Amino acid sequence: MEYRDYYKVMGVERDAAQDEIKRAYRKLARKYHPDVSKDADAEQRFKEVGEAYAVLKDPEKRAAYDQLGADWKKGQDFQPPPNWDQGFEFHGGDFAGGGGEEFSDFFESLFGRGDFRGGFTRADHRQSRTRGEDTFARIVVDLEDSYRGATRSITLKHTEIGEDGRPRVRDRTLNVKIPKGVRPGQHIRLAKQGSVGVGGGASGDLFLEIAFRPHPKFLVEGKDVYLNLRVAPWEAELGASVKTSTPTGDVSLTIPPHSKAGRKLRLKGRGLPGKEPGDFYAVLQIALPRAGTDKQKTAYREFASAFDFDPRRDSEG
Amino acid sequence: MAEDNRNDILQCEIIETRREMSLADLCEVCTVTSERVVQLVDEGLVEPKGREPAEWRFSGRSVTRVVVAERLSRDLRLNAAGAALVLDLLDEVTQLRQRLLRLEQTDEY
Repeated sequence: MEYRDYYKVMGVERDAAQDEIKRAYRKLARKYHPDVSKDADAEQRFKEVGEAYAVLKDPEKRAAYDQLGADWKKGQDFQPPPNWDQGFEFHGGDFAGGGGEEFSDFFESLFGRGDFRGGFTRADHRQSRTRGEDTFARIVVDLEDSYRGATRSITLKHTEIGEDGRPRVRDRTLNVKIPKGVRPGQHIRLAKQGSVGVGGGASGDLFLEIAFRPHPKFLVEGKDVYLNLRVAPWEAELGASVKTSTPTGDVSLTIPPHSKAGRKLRLKGRGLPGKEPGDFYAVLQIALPRAGTDKQKTAYREFASAFDFDPRRDSEG
Repeated sequence: MAEDNRNDILQCEIIETRREMSLADLCEVCTVTSERVVQLVDEGLVEPKGREPAEWRFSGRSVTRVVVAERLSRDLRLNAAGAALVLDLLDEVTQLRQRLLRLEQTDEY
């Protein structure tokens, strides 16, 4: 099993005062809270910090951990020395460092498994029937899934209590129907797919937060979908009819004369579907043809001579 | 429960577009007490339609706001006012990030 450097995780020196450790923990908990941070590894970091704090905030556990010595490196293969904790007295409970997740094997080899699951996810064993916990995960879907609806197979790390009463993590595959019209940041709820209840209590629910995989062409903002549409200078100025792609297929779009770069052309109701569907916007970008041949250079010069045009003059007409 | 239903397709609902809910429904979905919801309503963290708690109707969005507020309160020791502020700012950050992504893309040509 891998050694974990709790001081490094917390970003404090080995001789840090308890107050310093507390401050470091609070700062990191805010930074990596999975509801606040959008970093992909936020949840992992949040758990690591919670585990480190569970040890370092407790002077008894901290002293025992320190006794292992400072020579270990993160990730190094670790076995606790025999009787390593002899002479240390531990008081159980109060491990509510983070969100009630399980700690690492490293932690458990040192401090045991016990009843350390803190926070609201801890089942109350005094009650005979308890509803299972709600569980949460983030899933990534494609823009097209929202337009058409789709069935996606997702694999989640699922924690369950084994026959020996200990929590264990295993992969769990679910086929989920992604509802048409779902938007990034929205949540879908799968009733009764959370943790199992205790003593015949109902299962909790599974909540999935939806994120969209970045699309090579389209960008999503709320329920609206954007496309950057490149047009030639003459198309923008004289007007044109151009073919453009939308998530529901190609359409012919009329570019009004005198259009400027950044002009948004709206296709109402062609954004993400729903009771109140979003809109689709083509945002004009003016692409300049490169003058390679003499003929093309001449064309640019004639173009210039036909206008009394200074782009640096305050605003053009 | 929690078997691998590899062949079953699970139906689900989008919480945010769920139809409106009573106080009791919201408490059930979020696993919170009605006293706690009253507290969150007092802070404006969720804004039901209707005057009296018995008449309250909550939008689907209230579910995620309450659930996230509960996690923030527990993990970061925020009170209801602090959680409400964080939720509002997170909404704003999300909007701004999406817009930024779109505008940054515009420059690449």
